[in-house]
Amino acid sequence: MPPRFTPERVRYDRRYRTLDKYRFVVGFLAVPLAFYALFVISPFLQAIYYSFTDWSGGPVAHFVGFDNYEKMWNDERFWDSLQVSVLLLVIAPVVTLVLGMFFAYMITSGGRHRRGRAIAGVAGSSVYKVVYFFPQVLSVAIIAVVWGRVFNTNSGLINGGLDKAGVDGPAWLGGDETLGLISLLTVISWSFIGFYVVLFSAAMGAIPKDVYEAALLDGAGRARTFFNVTLPLIRDTVRTGWIYMGIQALDTFAICLVMVPPHVLKVTPVFLYERFRDGQYGYATAIGVVLLFLSMAFSLIVMRVGNRDRIEY
Amino acid sequence: MGSTSVNRRDVMKRAAAAGLLAVPAVGALSSCASGGGEENKAEKGDKSKKNPLGVKEDAGLTVYVFNGGYGDKYAQFVTDMYAKKYPESDPNQKPTEKIATQVQPKIVRGKPTADVVNNSGADQMNPGKLVHNKQVADLSEVLDAPSWDDPDVTVRETLVPVVEQMGRFGGRECYQLNISLTVYGNWYSKKLLEDGLDSSYPKTWDEMLAVCKKAKAKGIHGWSYPGGHPRYMFFSMYAMFAQRGGRDVTTAMDYLEPNAWKHEAVKEVFEAWEELVAKKYVLTGFDGNEAHTEMQTAWTKEGKCVFVPNGSWVENEARDTTPKDFAMTVGATPSLDSGDKMPFGTLYSPAGEPYIVPAKAKNRQGGLEWLRMMYSKEAALNLFNEIGSMPVVKGAIDGQKLPSGTASAQAAIKAAGENIVIPQFMDWYNELFREDFNNMIHKFMQGQIGPKQAMDTMQKASDRIMQDPDITKVKKA
Repeated sequence: MPPRFTPERVRYDRRYRTLDKYRFVVGFLAVPLAFYALFVISPFLQAIYYSFTDWSGGPVAHFVGFDNYEKMWNDERFWDSLQVSVLLLVIAPVVTLVLGMFFAYMITSGGRHRRGRAIAGVAGSSVYKVVYFFPQVLSVAIIAVVWGRVFNTNSGLINGGLDKAGVDGPAWLGGDETLGLISLLTVISWSFIGFYVVLFSAAMGAIPKDVYEAALLDGAGRARTFFNVTLPLIRDTVRTGWIYMGIQALDTFAICLVMVPPHVLKVTPVFLYERFRDGQYGYATAIGVVLLFLSMAFSLIVMRVGNRDRIEY
Repeated sequence: MGSTSVNRRDVMKRAAAAGLLAVPAVGALSSCASGGGEENKAEKGDKSKKNPLGVKEDAGLTVYVFNGGYGDKYAQFVTDMYAKKYPESDPNQKPTEKIATQVQPKIVRGKPTADVVNNSGADQMNPGKLVHNKQVADLSEVLDAPSWDDPDVTVRETLVPVVEQMGRFGGRECYQLNISLTVYGNWYSKKLLEDGLDSSYPKTWDEMLAVCKKAKAKGIHGWSYPGGHPRYMFFSMYAMFAQRGGRDVTTAMDYLEPNAWKHEAVKEVFEAWEELVAKKYVLTGFDGNEAHTEMQTAWTKEGKCVFVPNGSWVENEARDTTPKDFAMTVGATPSLDSGDKMPFGTLYSPAGEPYIVPAKAKNRQGGLEWLRMMYSKEAALNLFNEIGSMPVVKGAIDGQKLPSGTASAQAAIKAAGENIVIPQFMDWYNELFREDFNNMIHKFMQGQIGPKQAMDTMQKASDRIMQDPDITKVKKA
């Protein structure tokens, strides 16, 4: 309450002051929170509700309890797709982040120590920074179509190249699951690396130069500098990137749907999409709910792992 | 059936779909769909002798046509007919390769923009589900109506019986109408087989293996497999199941009977094909969405293989790459041996290119009328001239000069007589074919699994569908 309406007896009470402070905060947040609740939270809750129904797209949906989840548990197609998704969840962040970090380090500190500077990027690093970012600008669906052509067994770029070298290229996408997974992983990593290069370059650029100078004076080489100076100092950024990339990997939809034939392999979101297509909306939302909890569990675990004190500089 | 490819517009759509379906948005997607229960008032006019279906003359009409191997010109002919009869209706036709993506969401919301839909191609809507959700109209009204050419004869009487049979989903109602007859089987070049290999069409599996061996000696593959579309193998396999074990085997598959896919006959057919794979007679290496056209080009233009599993649309689809003297021919599937229950010549030949009318279509009567026009002699003949496939209208192409593929298809139908087999489960339980068979046969054709695992996989899938409460079962009448 505004001061002039505040009763005398509570005006100087500490508990009242706290309450009053939050009133102020809540006053500002009410509208955005209401929007958030309406457009973000409520659809979530609705989806969770629908996952307990047999809704097939019509006007009626009957409550069926855990039937959809039971069906999912017994559906080997779901487990097959989840296996692919979880593999991506585990491998894609490792590959993408390691490469992203490597390129970012090369751009910020991989070069010669020219003109007495402690750190410098490799020659042409400002160009690389832009080039790496290119895939981010393209729509994922275009990326999928283009790479689909590159991987084509008969007329693709890769097998064309192999052919010239006298090697009979394998069927990348129309062949077995492992090759399909490798192709999918390649494209996912390729399309996300640029983002992490920029993210990590920014984090590395924020590290004070004197830390590097000190390391240099102590005789540390590039590898040593990276592992003992750079990596510990950008740890938080790496973890954020890790969570983000994990969710991206779990979410891989368009690339898989467009590029990989569904009979070779499919990720869980594609399996979900197919259930939507078949009009099994209740079942599809149940799969969506499982994915939601999986992403949340993944984020929580990664946030817990290696939680250390932040280094201030 | 036929070609699917991704163009730029689809890419954008898919990107949008990708955005929509990303996990956090699943709820957002569902939140909008539960509303909207109000009845859509269909436009109706007065019935008369000249207008037996009661079409409202100025109601607009929208036709969605799958733009695949057959293109959509044949349908435009009918749409033009419609425009001529109802000039005020200004009918409009939309060709698309993505039927489900473009049409289904609006049907689900109860506000279809389409009045007639050619539900075909790789992205077709699941017809069984549409029927179950009462989202498609009963088309018996068309069949009962007087035909376009002769008011004394009903449309039903002008069509081959298989059309109505295939439109039924367990009841008396008819929910989809097919327009052409498709002949599935082993397609080959008569010239290559007879002149190049000095052989005649193999009537038994032993002869088939012999032809393949002969071809291998000449450096070509006897068989081919379009890896991007494994389901094509079914086109050459299905008649063999029936041929080997009789109709009981295929009926058991249709009704999801226990152990339907574990029949001895199924095993023997799989074993026969396994030999083909094991001896490396099969040309592979086609993947992606264009696999079937790549395969067809390797077959017609490059002469790399003798037989392709295919359907009668192939003659039209591969027209650009087919040499003049190719002599494209379809053969019925070979017999395994004298123990077969059905004779050589048993043919997998359903009516193809299904059309449906959404139950809540704004101009439902117009949609029905459009189908009645499709079954006119004029449109049927045009269908044949345009895409070279046989119309289901009786006698529509009598006296026409047929190209070799179509001529051979017609001869095959004649030779089959009563022995025509149709896998109804493809319409009733589409995913059993589109997903499970597709996934399984891909591994099979790569030699990753053998007949036993193939049968187990299919039986497991069939049982899964039997137990799935979300899928309505068609019971034996």
